Amino acid sequence: MGARLLGHALRSQVSAALKEGRVTPTELCQRCLALIKSTKFLNAYITVTEETALKQAEESEKRRKRGQPLGILDGIPIAVKDNFNTAGIETTCASNMLKGYISPYNATVVQKLLDQGAVLLGKTNLDEFAMGSGSTDGVFGPVRNPWSYSKQYKEKSVPKSHSEDEEYNWVITGGSSGGSAAAVSSFTCFAALGSDTGGSTRNPAAHCGVVGLKPTYGLISRHGLIPLVNSMDVPGILTRCVDDAAVLLGSLAGHDPKDSTTIQDDFKPFELPDLPDVSKLSIGIPKEYHAPGLSSEILSLWSKAADLFKNAGAKVVEVSLPHTRYSIVCYHVLCTAEVASNMARFDGLEYGHRSDVKDSTESMYAATRREGFNDVVRGRILSGNYFLLKQNYEKYFVKAQKVRRLIANDFGKVFGSGVDILLTPTTLSDAVPYTEFIQEDNRTRSAQDDILTQAANMAGLPAINVPTALSERGLPVGLQFIGRSFQEKQLLTVAKWFEKQVQFPVIQLEEAERHDNGVFQHQKSASFS
Amino acid sequence: MVARGCGGVWRRLRQRCAVRPGSGPFPRGERAVACNARGGMMSAGKSGLTPWIPVVGLEIHAQISSNSKLFSGSQVQFAAPPNSLVSFFDASLPGTLPVLNRRCVEAAVMTGLALNCHINKKSLFDRKHYFYADLPAGYQITQQRVPIAVNGSLSYSLCIDNKMSQMVTKTVRIKQIQLEQDSGKSLHDDARSQTLVDLNRAGVGLMELVMEPDMCCGEEAAAAVRELQLILQTLGSSQAVMAEGQLRVDANVSVHHPGEPYGVRTEVKNINSIRFLAKAVDYEIQRQIEELGNGGTISNETRAFDSKLGCTVPMRDKEGKQDYRFMPEPNLPPLILYDAKSLPANMNHQQVINIDWIRERLPDLPSVKREKLVEQYGILPEHSFTLLNEDGLPEFFENVVKQTQMKPKKVIGWILNDLLSYLKQHSLTVKESPVSSFLLADLLNLLEKKEISSTAAKQVMAIKAGNQKVLNKLIGLVQKKTQGRSNPVLVKQLLEKKLSE
Repeated sequence: MGARLLGHALRSQVSAALKEGRVTPTELCQRCLALIKSTKFLNAYITVTEETALKQAEESEKRRKRGQPLGILDGIPIAVKDNFNTAGIETTCASNMLKGYISPYNATVVQKLLDQGAVLLGKTNLDEFAMGSGSTDGVFGPVRNPWSYSKQYKEKSVPKSHSEDEEYNWVITGGSSGGSAAAVSSFTCFAALGSDTGGSTRNPAAHCGVVGLKPTYGLISRHGLIPLVNSMDVPGILTRCVDDAAVLLGSLAGHDPKDSTTIQDDFKPFELPDLPDVSKLSIGIPKEYHAPGLSSEILSLWSKAADLFKNAGAKVVEVSLPHTRYSIVCYHVLCTAEVASNMARFDGLEYGHRSDVKDSTESMYAATRREGFNDVVRGRILSGNYFLLKQNYEKYFVKAQKVRRLIANDFGKVFGSGVDILLTPTTLSDAVPYTEFIQEDNRTRSAQDDILTQAANMAGLPAINVPTALSERGLPVGLQFIGRSFQEKQLLTVAKWFEKQVQFPVIQLEEAERHDNGVFQHQKSASFS
Repeated sequence: MVARGCGGVWRRLRQRCAVRPGSGPFPRGERAVACNARGGMMSAGKSGLTPWIPVVGLEIHAQISSNSKLFSGSQVQFAAPPNSLVSFFDASLPGTLPVLNRRCVEAAVMTGLALNCHINKKSLFDRKHYFYADLPAGYQITQQRVPIAVNGSLSYSLCIDNKMSQMVTKTVRIKQIQLEQDSGKSLHDDARSQTLVDLNRAGVGLMELVMEPDMCCGEEAAAAVRELQLILQTLGSSQAVMAEGQLRVDANVSVHHPGEPYGVRTEVKNINSIRFLAKAVDYEIQRQIEELGNGGTISNETRAFDSKLGCTVPMRDKEGKQDYRFMPEPNLPPLILYDAKSLPANMNHQQVINIDWIRERLPDLPSVKREKLVEQYGILPEHSFTLLNEDGLPEFFENVVKQTQMKPKKVIGWILNDLLSYLKQHSLTVKESPVSSFLLADLLNLLEKKEISSTAAKQVMAIKAGNQKVLNKLIGLVQKKTQGRSNPVLVKQLLEKKLSE
């Protein structure tokens, strides 16, 4: 006992500690649950499944004692975004529509984690139905970025006046998987599932200083993920380090007979080399990602990162993805159209909220949907249905599909020219305070914030956020790597190499330190930034 | 003779909603208005009226005969307890995804091939949106853009002027066959003002067949659907029982003057038998002619056939003019089919559908079976139609022929005139026949050897079929033959014993 574990990587330290019996699954679970309680103000979790988690931990402990663990994940506490179905546990999508909804089945990814002995701590907060980029627009309230309460942020962001307390300074997590990112970032779990449709895993990962992987479309089953945009949704992986992301990927990826869009073949889990070599690689720097609004801080980090690769012997080339600029408007049409369609099932008949209005079936539908959905969801349904009208279909939907193809072709050409990996910023700036964020509406925010992440979803490509440095305000900033389809191993290898170079600092969070029996050993953060 | 569309012209007016007496089963059923099956265009004629040309197209939904639904593992079963065959997907629980049922695809390919269609090696699925209580997802998955089969044809025959001896063969073009989901069933309880929803049928696989407007009267529509029904049943791709909703027919009807564009069409729904199809179409044609003749107009509306009144009535349009907001179904990749040429090597047979493989295994279609019967047994073509019309009757006929010395040409008379009319009278199927093929063959052999008379044979058959009264007649015959020397009680006992064998 007494070992500091919560802030550590699961693949190396934690799994070893479990293996060697230095910590038991129950102890680990209890520590996480205690930390969840003391960080409740982050609002990262919608549901905490304390009882079942402890039971699962107990089972894991028995297996471990028998010397028959189910694998590296056996006994590892994890969290799942509240848009994945979990049997017997509420699945709300942070919406009135599904408040109190208990699914009878597990999403394939949830089932896979449980089958490998992972301990499910709870369901994490998000924007309603994952529509947003701040994790501020859910019915359970906004998620607070753990870094808002870190020593690093408190020291650097000198309040304008002492009367301005934390209430006004706390920054958003990004979204929509903000709850999962905050959960991993605040050490309440070792890995979390998010979902990524336009950047919803990578964006909060960047703002919360964690690794966020969006795998290739079709590599991980979507069965049981309540859809936003079926043709772009991918379950996302949030972890503390790249190695852990590879572990999770290995446990989740592969064909699922319940999802016809998954790859036919089984996936061979891989381990990343300890000393990755990038000297033979060609790294592309897409010039279009030098987007309006990109902070000078991030721009300079981006160029330093390119230099790192150059210095390591990699070829670094500027490339062009000319259709990137159309990505936002194209995404808007395709996203809202699918949203309009996907949300049609929420009519109050089979499940979910049902209005008391009983004048007619139609009026019951209308009232149910008015009461059940927030303005963001209703707005997207409205525009989506507009784009799908017979007279508009060609003009908007078909055109957007064509543009989507052009965007995907851009990537194809670049990768075809010999570039292995693209290096881009993940976000335009570090996280902004909540009070500032809500000055703009959800649509504007989403359009701005998804700009650097969305094209990868359009093309179905794998992409990862790697925490890179702290901004002048003491907040995390990440960079994004985009790889070729199904070339996750190469992508993660590069990400791991980069992670080693930048030595991103560990969050200094008072609550976490108290609950982890000791003071954190501060990693050096001087080598970069 | 093969004709496409009959170009028939209707002039005779008919009393609206007239209930016709004694309409027998198709194809002998009396037609309220006969159509000119010869295919000749009649001129404006003596009456001085401009003739009307009726145009009839059909949209047919055939429920695929499969163990499980089109996109889920739920069982398919008629008349199961409400909501007992509903998977999470069928109830549209959030996060569930469709998984295409291979058997349904094979059934559609088979049907497409049997109807001379071009099978699309790549077809797509779409979502068709509308809100209705028995459509849990708020959309139906169908094949709007690229269906699985296109450009086919169906040949069917009907008799001219109700004379079985004058058959004419016609062809209707099949525009397309698409795979789609069935909806559930809503039951409205007006007394308690509530709607009950049964999702057992929700998600069952359907083939929607669109027949081009190549027909011109109820009889043609009925004959085409009857032939389709036989084909589907032969293939086993659908049980196609209209009364059980496995075959649903909507008719598009319009009328126009020669040389003018097609008129505004109405869609007639709620037709649940082939006989009613003929009636509904003929009624609707007549209604439109009258309406237009009285200076009225036809509106593009949906009408329901009221089988009790024998007429069509405007339907309370449950959806009004709808924009279905079609969209590609993103959860299903394109449906790719292969043929012998395109079949990739090393491909798992379980994962692919080979059109040629299915083609090679198609059973004999009804038209081929008829030809074979005519050729092999020398029976009349019209008799082959009657045989094929009854499930199991061709086999019954062939079994009798095998076991008797009587010529097939004579056997067919016994089968059609005596056995079949008896079965019809008692609403029995061939399988339920109290007279087995073995017994009938025995009887016909006795007749052929002149050991019994034709009258006696008929009476034996009648008794065998359950008519005890005839037994007395038979006893009478024995008495006559033995000139009253036999003991009637003993004769009765002996006869009963013989007949129960």
